[in-house]
Amino acid sequence: MADIAFLLLIFFLVSTTMDTDMGIVRKLPPMPEEITQEEEVKVKERNIFVVLVNRDNQLLVEGELMDIKDLRKAAKVFIENPYDDPTLPTKEWIEVPIFGQVEVTKSHVISLQNDRGTSYEMYIAVQNELAAAYNELREELSMRKFRVKYSQLGDDEEAKKRIDAIDEVYPMKISEAEPKNIGGK
Amino acid sequence: MSKFSKGKEKTVTAISTASLPDVIFMLLFFFMVTTVMREVDLRVQLAPPTADQVKKLEEKSLVSYIYIGKPLNTKVFGTVPRIQLNDAFAEPEEIRDFIASKREQIDEVDRNKMTVSLKIDRKTEMGVVTDVKQELRKASALKINYSTFEGDVIQALRDR
Repeated sequence: MADIAFLLLIFFLVSTTMDTDMGIVRKLPPMPEEITQEEEVKVKERNIFVVLVNRDNQLLVEGELMDIKDLRKAAKVFIENPYDDPTLPTKEWIEVPIFGQVEVTKSHVISLQNDRGTSYEMYIAVQNELAAAYNELREELSMRKFRVKYSQLGDDEEAKKRIDAIDEVYPMKISEAEPKNIGGK
Repeated sequence: MSKFSKGKEKTVTAISTASLPDVIFMLLFFFMVTTVMREVDLRVQLAPPTADQVKKLEEKSLVSYIYIGKPLNTKVFGTVPRIQLNDAFAEPEEIRDFIASKREQIDEVDRNKMTVSLKIDRKTEMGVVTDVKQELRKASALKINYSTFEGDVIQALRDR
């Protein structure tokens, strides 16, 4: 009896792996059809949050050096603009299902630029912190409105509508540019 | 007075192995539950980075994997990070065919749910990764998942 068990155990030990199956989900932008059609959308300077990472893995946010641990907070303040600060994105009223009229930073965009020499680990850390900023804002909104955590809203139709509404208030607008060989900045 | 029998046992009692099959079965069930059948021989060093905004990969059948890292056999293949598709090294240009062949294996209905899981070593530089992403954009494989361990990002960066 034990022999059969040993055999099966050796088989599984040899042929399987403890793979990591989790990760950050992203959607890539489609290739632009024609280069001439690429609209140069004029974005106001106050509406862009510029994040640069150089090949020494240093963060330059809005022109100033920043430590990675401060990125989440800075991004949240940028996205939310709670006090309608004129140096932060413009706030506009939009109509959102379930919430009604909401004042959001409709035209904000977070622009991320890497160097070809930036380490992947740093890139993921930055992506993580930016995604975390959006997710934390969504959690807070969910708690305020529905008294339930965003991650625990559920799977049914009602929950999907709520999730879509919250996502409309805080859409993830992370735009990545082609990495250049900027070198150490 | 004494209840001891005259003859003492001359042999030490052997340890009972009656429960050995149970222990082995427990180990077996553990491995059956926590592991995944390995389909591809990893030829690159792969230490995924850490992140906490992670989601689980669903629908394994709709996922294709791209591995990027330093080759395991550096004497033969060098130390420059390489891309591995299926069981062989590849160049970015071959990604398009890889995606096309994977797409054909999936049903029409599910084709737009196809995800590409990027398993990249944490010390890789972004140059290769960006080339791969560009090729994926050209092949219209837009849903991607950066494979990571789950954990505290800032701590992991400090511990490096």
